[in-house]
Amino acid sequence: MSESFTKGMARNIYYGGSIFFFLIFLALTFHTTKEMPKRDHRENITEAVERGKELWEENNCIGCHTLVGEGAYFAPELMNVYNRRGGEAGFKAFFNGWMKAQPLNIPGRRQMPQFHLTDQEIDDLAEFLKWTSELDANNWPPNIEG
Amino acid sequence: MILFVGQILFGLLMGLQYVIGDIVGGLIPFNVARMVHTNLLIVWLLFGFMGAAYYMVPEEAETELYSPKLAMVLFWIFAAAGVATILGYLLVPYSTLAHFTMNDLWPTMGREFLEQPTITKIGIVVVALGFLFNLGMTVLKGRKTAINMVLMTGLIGLAVFFLFAFYNPTNLALDKYFWWFVVHLWVEGVWELIMGAILAYVLIKVTGVDREVIEKWLYVIIAMALISGILGTGHHFYWLMTPEYWQWVGSVFSALEPLPFFAMVLYAFNMVNRRRREHPNKAATLWALGTAVMAFLGAGVWGFLHTLSFVNYYTHGSQITAAHGHMAFYGAYAMIVMTIMSYAMPKLRGIGEANCNKSQVVEMWGFWLMTVAMVFITLFLTGAGILQVWLQRLPESGEALSFMATQDKLAIFYWLREIAGVIFLLGLIAYIYSFFITEKKAV
Repeated sequence: MSESFTKGMARNIYYGGSIFFFLIFLALTFHTTKEMPKRDHRENITEAVERGKELWEENNCIGCHTLVGEGAYFAPELMNVYNRRGGEAGFKAFFNGWMKAQPLNIPGRRQMPQFHLTDQEIDDLAEFLKWTSELDANNWPPNIEG
Repeated sequence: MILFVGQILFGLLMGLQYVIGDIVGGLIPFNVARMVHTNLLIVWLLFGFMGAAYYMVPEEAETELYSPKLAMVLFWIFAAAGVATILGYLLVPYSTLAHFTMNDLWPTMGREFLEQPTITKIGIVVVALGFLFNLGMTVLKGRKTAINMVLMTGLIGLAVFFLFAFYNPTNLALDKYFWWFVVHLWVEGVWELIMGAILAYVLIKVTGVDREVIEKWLYVIIAMALISGILGTGHHFYWLMTPEYWQWVGSVFSALEPLPFFAMVLYAFNMVNRRRREHPNKAATLWALGTAVMAFLGAGVWGFLHTLSFVNYYTHGSQITAAHGHMAFYGAYAMIVMTIMSYAMPKLRGIGEANCNKSQVVEMWGFWLMTVAMVFITLFLTGAGILQVWLQRLPESGEALSFMATQDKLAIFYWLREIAGVIFLLGLIAYIYSFFITEKKAV
């Protein structure tokens, strides 16, 4: 092996293989972005959802929570929190109360900070979470607890 | 002059390392502590890669660094931007930092690992471009070895994929998909090239084995890494708003991802066994072997544990992920940086080929304490993860325990993990202390 298999061959496998698989990756990416509208319901992204996403980012929610399974693992998954906490009927009322009650100050419990959001902002964030609950992530998460 | 740059780089790096093992306090909200923890890790690894490149590239190219002055300037810009950003995280609420840095003009903040203000991200690009220009000019005018070429492709890839950090569409589905172009293609792609190049360099130095042989295997290993790793990105696309075929593509290719790491273990041990010289720096050899083994365990074995899509359906976003992340980052990247530091420091400080015996013994204590502690951290988090999946994910809705109730049940694992973390810190202290032990010469 060491005689017939030269460094030049190894180098060619490296360059050739990488480029080949990278091109496949790009092709699949292209196809995926074409398919995505069926699963992300982008037609439902309103201005409130847009503002909600910005609030989500500017308060670093991902630093504790996960969203669609990604983030820190310190606090609950929020992709399906809309369904877990009341859905159409009760989520917005629950969420407004919840955000205002923080921090809960229960001894020993993990504390969520108080972010001082206005009612309008809480509503925008709720709209964002409602939109994420409708995403089709191939049936993930496995159950309502996220 | 070059040596000076390298030395300062390594000096700062050690300072940062102190902070990496940081444990979350009650004063600092978790999201801030976590951001500091992960961002510092990224920053010190980048410093380490840059320091390693400044050290290796001119020597491999058999020429001087194109512009040591540029290197110094960029070093201080990067250091200042890093310190300012971390202070920003710690001193003001994140939303204030976002407004202050005008995130609304071009929102890029608030995404995991890419929390840096947009202005910092632009700074990173400027530093990276200058750094690549400096090294590129050095390679162009000197000898083009395989190690240099691989290192350069790795570093260029690092810079190119970072550009996706500036793409933050309103549509979360697209945002998440392209976010992985930075995160996955860094740690499971181009960073592996950098790691491979550094490992190959150190192996040539400490074993004296023929360059042709080592470079051939370097190519084989990184070829395997990219061939499996590029489509292996698919294992992050299982549960996004993506077609189902990613579950097949991701499972098959990411199941191959342990192979390059396994090859790295064989290769490192093989080369050390075939060594043609007894290098006095035993500690550097230990780090080189250690990084290969731990990278295989952390990235390879622990990655494989939850990479198949039907397993990942239940483990996605659980403590299993945290377990894998800790060991993989330590094994592959923290340890490779410490390998090159261990090799380069005695030379940079003018001590010679190796530190004195006593210093090396303390350094090896640091190695074993940190490495064993990391193994236990990983095991405890894995235990926590398995129980979490069992209680929270496997049962049907209605029967499953809630997230917070599950977390309470995992407390014992978190305490054990904390103890292991303290031992890790002791190891780190021993490691840093070893730099201050020098032979007292009889006058």
